[in-house]
Amino acid sequence: MLTVISFYLLAFTSIASAFMVVSSKNPVHSVMYLILTFFSAAGLFILMGAEFLALLIIMVYVGAVAVLFLFVVMMLDVDFAELKQGFLSYLPVGALVAIILLLEMLMVGATYFAGETKTVVVRDAGITNLEAFGQVLYTDYAGVFEAAGFVLLVAMIGAIVLTLRKRDGVRKQIPSEQIARSKETGLKMVDIEPGIGIE
Amino acid sequence: MITSLILFWSDLSPMVWFGLKLAQVAAFVLILSVILAFLILMDRKVWAAVQMRRGPNVVGPFGLLQSFADLLKFVFKEIIIPAGSDKFLFILAPLITLVMAFLAWAVVPIAPGWVMSDINVGILYVLAISSLGVYGIIIGGWASNSKYPFMGALRSTAQMISYEVSIGFIILTVVFLAGSMNLSEVVNSQAGGFYNWNMFRINPYNTYGWWNLLLFPIMFYMGVLFFISALAETNRPPFDLPEAESELVAGFMVEYSSTPYLLFMFGEYLNMTLMCAMFTILFLGGWYAPVEIGVQFIPPVFWFMGKCLFMFFMFAMVKAIVPRYRYDQLMRLGWKVFLPVSLMSVVIVSTIVVFVGGTS
Repeated sequence: MLTVISFYLLAFTSIASAFMVVSSKNPVHSVMYLILTFFSAAGLFILMGAEFLALLIIMVYVGAVAVLFLFVVMMLDVDFAELKQGFLSYLPVGALVAIILLLEMLMVGATYFAGETKTVVVRDAGITNLEAFGQVLYTDYAGVFEAAGFVLLVAMIGAIVLTLRKRDGVRKQIPSEQIARSKETGLKMVDIEPGIGIE
Repeated sequence: MITSLILFWSDLSPMVWFGLKLAQVAAFVLILSVILAFLILMDRKVWAAVQMRRGPNVVGPFGLLQSFADLLKFVFKEIIIPAGSDKFLFILAPLITLVMAFLAWAVVPIAPGWVMSDINVGILYVLAISSLGVYGIIIGGWASNSKYPFMGALRSTAQMISYEVSIGFIILTVVFLAGSMNLSEVVNSQAGGFYNWNMFRINPYNTYGWWNLLLFPIMFYMGVLFFISALAETNRPPFDLPEAESELVAGFMVEYSSTPYLLFMFGEYLNMTLMCAMFTILFLGGWYAPVEIGVQFIPPVFWFMGKCLFMFFMFAMVKAIVPRYRYDQLMRLGWKVFLPVSLMSVVIVSTIVVFVGGTS
């Protein structure tokens, strides 16, 4: 009973907020609705008993990706009325993508109801989701997993290389130099004659 | 008695169980809030003592009721919402901060079995919830529609995200040694005395033998790093850049008044106590007594609270004696010092765990 209520609540929230992501006027509100969508998706995962995936979604998507989204959207000066002007010209492309997605979802649903799903490998009893993930991810799929990590590393280095620029005349704090300063190099004792001053 | 209690819980219908759990949560929130009121007073008293002042001493004996007087004052003031602000998000932001601060307590074990929800991925849950706490600040800063709050929110978000990374790695080393992400099991792995605590692993008679001598300095250092990262994560001095009064007035809280401000401040202190509890659980052996003989008559919950209180005292002392960091120094510390060091420790500790501990 509780599960059914929670499922419908979460499913409705995720779909409604996903719709609001597209339709809301303020880009910051859009990101907020996106966060709500992620959240309800995580809730659905918990209902399925995949608590590790759910928390990972919250940590990675809500805790990091959406924060960066929010950062960018807040800093940009986007005039949404202006963006909406081109709505009709983008409509065919958008409609095409939507139709393709719809067909894909229908096909997934059709194969499910036709009973042609792949047999699910049930994990051993007494093993938590976390251990089950680890055992598969770091043994059978270790190569693919490392490759995925490598792709991310390459993307990160690419982003840094693209945005790095060297400028002259930038004053920089070098802590090691500051710490290496001694009394002898930093301090000069001078006997000042009255009325003459220093050098 | 315990078996009958377990039977009682398992026989309940889901709805009744839900109701009972709700009552339990309400009681916990109430108790935590009252404790927090006195902790805030303690923070101010410690701060005052360091500066040779008396601190709050008028309301009630020794000023004990000061926090409650402050509560009434905040609640009875008018809520001012800036004209150009986003009203809904403006009110939502402090609520997010407070709710997230309370949510994380759901998995914190206070004594054996005294935990709201004993889930297998407790540590991951705490990390996830604490990463959500950023939203309260960033939304609050943006919704105020003002320059200082916005700058404060941006600073704070960057700071919290940076230090979350190193906190994650530091926690990972503890998880490796405990072999579980369940917070109760993390505590149980440190049973037996202070020489088994992750902060002081000097007992050569466990699984890791003399490798503990290598683990001890690493884990002690990880403990220190966790404490400093916790300061940065909770926006406490010396890392309180988001609300540096000399630069940003009060950062993201500039436009907030009355109850919303109270919620922000309450959430912040709650996050601090959560960090104290996490430090106690991860590094100071949770509810276990420091020695095995002589002190067993003291219930575990008091050990836990005593350790938390000590950590809170440390937080308060740091606030009193350390000057504020500069923003670029703060970011450099996070990304160029803490992150590489904690990453290196993860590599070393996991290597020892796999090749010496034998848990592959």
